[in-house]
Amino acid sequence: MTAIGCETPGSKRRGVPLIDGIEKVTGRARYTADLDHAGALVGMIFRSPVSHGEIKRLDVTKARQLDGVVAVVTGDDCPHTYGVLPVAMNEYPLARERVRYRGEPVAAVAAVDAATAQLALDLIEFDVRELPAYYSSAAARADGAILLHNDKPDNVEREVHHTFGDIAAGFNEADLVREFRISCAEVNHAQIEPHAVLADFDSTTQRLTVQSVTQVGYYLQLMLGRCLDMDLSRIRVIKPFVGGGFGARVEVLNFEIVAGLLARAAAGTVAMQLTREENFLTHRARPQTDVTLKLGMRRNGQITACACEVVQRGGAYAGYGIVTILYAGALLHGIYDIPAVKFDGYRIYANLPPCGAMRGHGSVDVRHALECALDRMARELRLDPFAVRRANLLRAPTQTMNGLMVNSCGLSECLDRVEQTSNWRARIGRLPPGKGLGIACSHYVSGAAKPIHWTGEPHAVVNLKVDFDGGITAFTGAADIGQGSSTMVAIVVSETLGVSLDRVRVVAGDSAITPKDNGAYSSRITFMVGNAAIDAAKNLRAILIKAAASKLEAKPDDIECVGEQFQIGSGSQASLPFADVVKAALVGGGVINVKGTFTCPPEAQGGKHKGGAVGSTMGFSYAAQVVEVTVDEATGAISVDRVWSALDCGHAINPLSVEGQVQGSVWMGMGQALSEETRYLNGLPAHASLLEYRVPTIVESPPIDVQIVESQDPNGPFGAKEASEGALAGFPPALVNAVANAIGIDFDELPLTPDRVMQALVERRRRGRIGALQRQAS
Amino acid sequence: MAQPQPASKKRLLRLKLNGRWREDAVAENQLLVDYIREVAGLTGTKIGCDGGECGACTVLSDSQPVPSCLTLAHRCDGRSIETIEGLTGRRRLHPLQRAFHQKLGTQCGFCTPGMIMAAEALLRRNFRPSEEDIKVALSGNLCRCTGYVKIIESVQAAAEMMP
Repeated sequence: MTAIGCETPGSKRRGVPLIDGIEKVTGRARYTADLDHAGALVGMIFRSPVSHGEIKRLDVTKARQLDGVVAVVTGDDCPHTYGVLPVAMNEYPLARERVRYRGEPVAAVAAVDAATAQLALDLIEFDVRELPAYYSSAAARADGAILLHNDKPDNVEREVHHTFGDIAAGFNEADLVREFRISCAEVNHAQIEPHAVLADFDSTTQRLTVQSVTQVGYYLQLMLGRCLDMDLSRIRVIKPFVGGGFGARVEVLNFEIVAGLLARAAAGTVAMQLTREENFLTHRARPQTDVTLKLGMRRNGQITACACEVVQRGGAYAGYGIVTILYAGALLHGIYDIPAVKFDGYRIYANLPPCGAMRGHGSVDVRHALECALDRMARELRLDPFAVRRANLLRAPTQTMNGLMVNSCGLSECLDRVEQTSNWRARIGRLPPGKGLGIACSHYVSGAAKPIHWTGEPHAVVNLKVDFDGGITAFTGAADIGQGSSTMVAIVVSETLGVSLDRVRVVAGDSAITPKDNGAYSSRITFMVGNAAIDAAKNLRAILIKAAASKLEAKPDDIECVGEQFQIGSGSQASLPFADVVKAALVGGGVINVKGTFTCPPEAQGGKHKGGAVGSTMGFSYAAQVVEVTVDEATGAISVDRVWSALDCGHAINPLSVEGQVQGSVWMGMGQALSEETRYLNGLPAHASLLEYRVPTIVESPPIDVQIVESQDPNGPFGAKEASEGALAGFPPALVNAVANAIGIDFDELPLTPDRVMQALVERRRRGRIGALQRQAS
Repeated sequence: MAQPQPASKKRLLRLKLNGRWREDAVAENQLLVDYIREVAGLTGTKIGCDGGECGACTVLSDSQPVPSCLTLAHRCDGRSIETIEGLTGRRRLHPLQRAFHQKLGTQCGFCTPGMIMAAEALLRRNFRPSEEDIKVALSGNLCRCTGYVKIIESVQAAAEMMP
């Protein structure tokens, strides 16, 4: 491993491999299903076979009596709801009285082996009076539709109406006003590790230990305490290696609580591994979204007003819904300078699995609509797609109309970079038939500046420990789910202290050991945990420098640590190795424990309007990308030949990781644009495997060039911002714009599957023929 | 009272696992992946789907890549089975492991063992693969983190490291 400890932030370097990479490439990394579960019972869930109904009878007697069944739990065992926002927890871990989607958990068993557990499920008797079910936003909102939740008229979970600036005046000033209706299919995280949990209840000490695939361990701890009526201090939550999240595991999931209920009922250990089908049945992914977007534009491309209506089909329960619909409106802001923005958002209940947070939470489908609209209007005005974006750039530092702080913005440079690397000027308009180029921009928050559970605690806390062995251990609750957050913590600690990276060990995600962390969501870890880690390292450095100063008989202000040597000024002869300084610092007091914190100030926490906290952040990342496509007019298949992307991540703490994150998010956007789509037949998922739900394989995946733009955010750790989500949202519109460039057809629906493309091509031919006939006739 | 289904009959299975012959009494219907994970205790081989969808369980059977979730353990009687654990030498990583680590061909790591085994099968029969060869060889292995760019780079780098 390369030691990078002494390099100056900002210097050109390639970055370092993941500190836990060796475990991953050798197979030693233990994910939840790999944990030692010898003797554990197997947990399985009985699920609703109908989309909507009143539970008439649930009889688990026969299942309970089956030899080898140790525990059976139902809704009667948990009268408490769980969820995300304290105001919108309307879901039971196991249904009570009513079921609202096919696959909703109704009962669960713990048995000595999988075959017995499966047999027990077959013995559960379940009678239900079916109710009308709604599978689209329109059907759920129609007159006379019965309510999924009695307190939500018209099956609208939340309406949001925000207007900033003078909309009427904005549209009046426009030279061109156009309205677009764009819809995006529901898509799934499809993380490769299926859900799994290992729950152990020790009946003698009344303690519960849950190891799970969580992105936010403390949410799980809170919800286990709530649903099991347990004191939180009796619950320990551990996050083993996690095989991807992308938002799937941000909220607490029903099986995690069910496993806790089963473990307690069985007074033992319960292992639960969900099938891939079950992962799809209860997914928490990006909702199907209809966007109606009206833009006003001046001849020079300047946007004068934007009115946007968003309808999200949220599924059967609240989940993250309110946050998702608020994000959709809030992130219309913060990337372009638009003088008037109106947002009307509707989050709808329907009899489908509840949707949740997915990479680019709430912002992706709206960004898609806006970036498509920009291109189409630019074409009418005979403006270049780059020019129309440059005409609207936001200048940092500024505060948006909806109260979001923008402290750094490198979008202009992102545009320059992808324009150059893609050789846009020389190639646009000169490509052979069927080939096209498209461009789009996007942005995302570096952590929600106001967490959902606002407690007044810091936004992040990191502990550091140094003992006699000279090893530095960083303790963080931040969940490394493959994005490399533990590596980031190790790098900033080593850089701040001036020691080599391999001296730092990171212990993450164990509630008994690590400080609480708000978790792996909203791309908050680098910004918030990174800053807390720097703060901790500075506190440790102060202690070590004091010890070194006393040894070297110098003033602390004159001491620095470079390359694991404490010395008086640079180039000084007298120096002490790190290990000796640690020994000196331990005299009298022993082990050194320090803490570092990071808190977002109130002015960063968004506007004062209702819902104004959503979208607020200390720093936005910015991205631009150019996509080159080839459209096969015989089959309707689109292939992506190449992508040129640029991301302003403030400062790349680990350039290798930044590249990997950008490639991964661009590529995930490609899946959403080209092939990924959940489909339901009367509420039954028709996509519940990785064969039917088509994520791109290596064969159809293009080279993705990554340019890192460093705008040096004034508040980020070493100037850094997020790098994992911002680039996703730009791909779908860049692709749709490229397809329009290639074949002259604008698509209003995602994904652009071959059948959709063929249909459009056929329709165009038919229209062409009708036009020719009409011309002949006249 | 209902009774659980009788366990499937067990037979003796003899195979070479990561270079060592072993014998186990294995149920006739046991899948290779369950044998590897549950009987042999090697959890590097992952289960990512309900059968043949994702490639995370790829192992080598007589140097051929097979999805161990679609293979009955008894079909491997007398064969040489290799898993990710068998690639690591006593002191050093296999070139593919080194390359996937250094080039960030792994992010969350869950697809990595299967991906590396599929790549190893390729490199054994083609030690200078083209990008197209790599894509074909890994087309049955899904990754959700990397966009595959760094996976291709990793396999190319490993090929260069190999003598």
